[in-house]
Amino acid sequence: MDTHLTEDVVGPMPHDYKSDVKPIWCPGCGDYSVLAGITRAMANMGLKRENTVVVSGIGCSSRIPAYTSVYGYHTVHGRSLPVAAGVKLARPELDVLIFGGDGDGFSIGGGHFLHACRRNVDMTYIVMDNQVYGMTKGQASPTTESDWCESKLTPEGPGVNPIQPVALALACGANFVARGFSNDPNEVARLIVAGVKHPGFSVIHILSPCVTFRPEQRNWKSTVHPYGREPTDDPNEAMRAVLEDDGFGLGIFLAGNRRPFQPASKDSHTIAQIEERFAV
Amino acid sequence: MTVDSVTIALVGSGGAGAMTAGQMLLDAAANVGWYGLMSRSTGPQIRGGEAAALVRLSPTPVHGPGDRFDIIIAFDWQNVERFAAELPLSDKSVIITDPSQGEVPAVLAASGAKQVELPIKELAGKIPGGRVNMVGLGAVAAIIGLPRAGIDAVIQKALGKKGDAAIQASNAGIDAGSKEVAGWNLGLELAAPNKDGATRWNISGNEAAGLGALKGGVKFCAAYPITPATEILEWLAPNLAKTGGKLVQAEDELASIAMCLGASFSGVPSITATAGPGLSLMTECIGLGVASETPVVIVDVQRGGPSTGIPTKSEQSDLNIAVYGLHGDAPHLVVGPTSIGDCLFTTQWAVHLAEALQTPAIVLSDQAMGQSRAIIDKPADAPYTAKRLLATDLGGEDKYKRYANTESGISPAAIPGMPGGEHTADGLEHAENALPSSQASDHQKQLDKRLRKLTSFDFGDAWADIEGEGEIAVVTWGSATGPAREAVRRLQAAGKKARLVAIRLISPVQPSKLAAALEGVTKVLVVEQTHGAQFHKFLRGHYDLPGEVSVFSRPGPLPIRAREVHETLLSLI
Repeated sequence: MDTHLTEDVVGPMPHDYKSDVKPIWCPGCGDYSVLAGITRAMANMGLKRENTVVVSGIGCSSRIPAYTSVYGYHTVHGRSLPVAAGVKLARPELDVLIFGGDGDGFSIGGGHFLHACRRNVDMTYIVMDNQVYGMTKGQASPTTESDWCESKLTPEGPGVNPIQPVALALACGANFVARGFSNDPNEVARLIVAGVKHPGFSVIHILSPCVTFRPEQRNWKSTVHPYGREPTDDPNEAMRAVLEDDGFGLGIFLAGNRRPFQPASKDSHTIAQIEERFAV
Repeated sequence: MTVDSVTIALVGSGGAGAMTAGQMLLDAAANVGWYGLMSRSTGPQIRGGEAAALVRLSPTPVHGPGDRFDIIIAFDWQNVERFAAELPLSDKSVIITDPSQGEVPAVLAASGAKQVELPIKELAGKIPGGRVNMVGLGAVAAIIGLPRAGIDAVIQKALGKKGDAAIQASNAGIDAGSKEVAGWNLGLELAAPNKDGATRWNISGNEAAGLGALKGGVKFCAAYPITPATEILEWLAPNLAKTGGKLVQAEDELASIAMCLGASFSGVPSITATAGPGLSLMTECIGLGVASETPVVIVDVQRGGPSTGIPTKSEQSDLNIAVYGLHGDAPHLVVGPTSIGDCLFTTQWAVHLAEALQTPAIVLSDQAMGQSRAIIDKPADAPYTAKRLLATDLGGEDKYKRYANTESGISPAAIPGMPGGEHTADGLEHAENALPSSQASDHQKQLDKRLRKLTSFDFGDAWADIEGEGEIAVVTWGSATGPAREAVRRLQAAGKKARLVAIRLISPVQPSKLAAALEGVTKVLVVEQTHGAQFHKFLRGHYDLPGEVSVFSRPGPLPIRAREVHETLLSLI
């Protein structure tokens, strides 16, 4: 019989948030560690499984919901953010997290990312960025370097500049912005906890190597570095620092003060009162 | 000598106030007990441009536009040629024209209609704060014998907040118009209203759809504006909030349907409204709703298509995309209201069906119903509300199966907040336990289940509006029902027998019910407003139509008129 976590004296453990489904990922994929970070964060916060909803789109990292033991919705490519917003706006008492990758989040779902940041619904978006479409076997994504020539689709390189997700999140008004690296699941868990606890829309950009199509990303462990500043609540200051960053600085860039969005609802009228106005 | 129905066009370029005058005429007619219908003909301009308020009034319920216009009153003739085809006239019609605005356009004059001059602008100019539309309203009211008390109430309601000066200016304009036409004797006095004491409503199809959503139990709406559906969303915004629901403006239709699915996944009945272009964008997520068995209601207020088409004019040409637009084998609900008032019932029913069957429901309204306003008998209360079958006995020995292969095909749902029901709803094909599966047996089982829940459900009598008897039957749907109903009743009034079958439940199809409704029929006339005869082909694909089948099918923007259906029926008998 399932034990429900609220009654546990010792508190839940990370494995309480894992399902018994085996991930489809390649051996060595960064997403294994991110999943470990996610379940650690959930255990750390003692989230109630029944009150937690994880939403995803399509892609390798978007498979995560089925690997957890909370409520999940594995939707279609690019639409995780508006689906998640619907959950949170309709049921504000639920904890809502979104998982996805760089293609899902910044290409097909790029328009929604912009508006999710400015809408600032209280939920946490964890983007696993490996600068490639892995599920379709290695095409350039919006974060791929312009001269990456390993894809059959763009053998001369995509030829367009990558976007910088952290800068984009800040420019669009996300209220909490951080970057982590999958090699350090404890740090990933710390960032997720901070993001979930922070009111408003939290964007956690996680560098998560694709060892199959971007094997050179194994070297990220020597490229990443601490961001080196204390988190600020001033988006301007955070933006200035991010523009100076090389894209590999880790830490919390912004913990802002914007009020989360929630539509007004009064429950002041009966339907009979409303329809009375149609009477001649 | 009075008439049983009068059809009036108030025409004027933007700023003349033709729409306001038409609205006030309808409201005043309602106040004195007449039934009515007001549709709008406008161009694509944001403000200004050509505009006409098309009003039909009668002592009995009005089902659709009149056969032709009895009265056209023009405040000016600017750009009238752009919609002259929507203003059918005959030599019995009257054109009221202001000599200061030039000649009656040849395209209208050619009808042989009687022309009478009314110096509208001059009369309005003599009144401080006077407006041409009030002079026109006064003239029309006097011609049709609309009691002044009905107008006074409307003026008071519309202008009460603006103060006495505005009320006096309007009254003076109405008096001037009515005095001027006093001796005209046009023979267009409308028969006295039927004072049965029953409550009447003054409502548009879009408002009715919004109210239907509320009565069905909708508590969430994600909205993206689009003509001619926006009024549903704008009506829902304050009224959802007042009844404990929420509305959010989304960044596009991809997001609005996705938000609705998210809200519905969490157990909250959800709706969005759009038109053809938006429905096109939504189709992928509607498929997700089918696969993940997440209920949602989408109201498509159809307009001329394809692409941007004719956004302000009506058509029934989204039938194909609504029924067939989803990829994969994706059974879902498609329903179509058969009148302005029925937009309430059908939307409410759609909410009930979507929740009961855990699948998306598309409500196919159209511009002719959505943006028209009618005076109708207060619709009867319907017993349909949102009630999703929820899982019980969660957390026991057996692990919860979200997509359990039940006999009815409906699987008890667990929603967030229910301990032991945790699962991942999925657009990937899945096994009964919701885990992704590409196995042939799981695909077959889930496809069967999703189809079975629709085909084995008892939709009752609401699947169609059926009336009449005899060997000839009109089969129609949506806003084409109004003129078809009127045509059938004209035949009946002339002692001939005819049937009407207006199909409300488009999908899933109900072959045995239609066969029963057409038992003994030897001639069928299909009536619809598309270029490609979409409804006829749809019927041919799914039903056996008895006897000789004829089709009356025409694209928008010209509305189908009862006379046309009646003449077609006469030619078939």
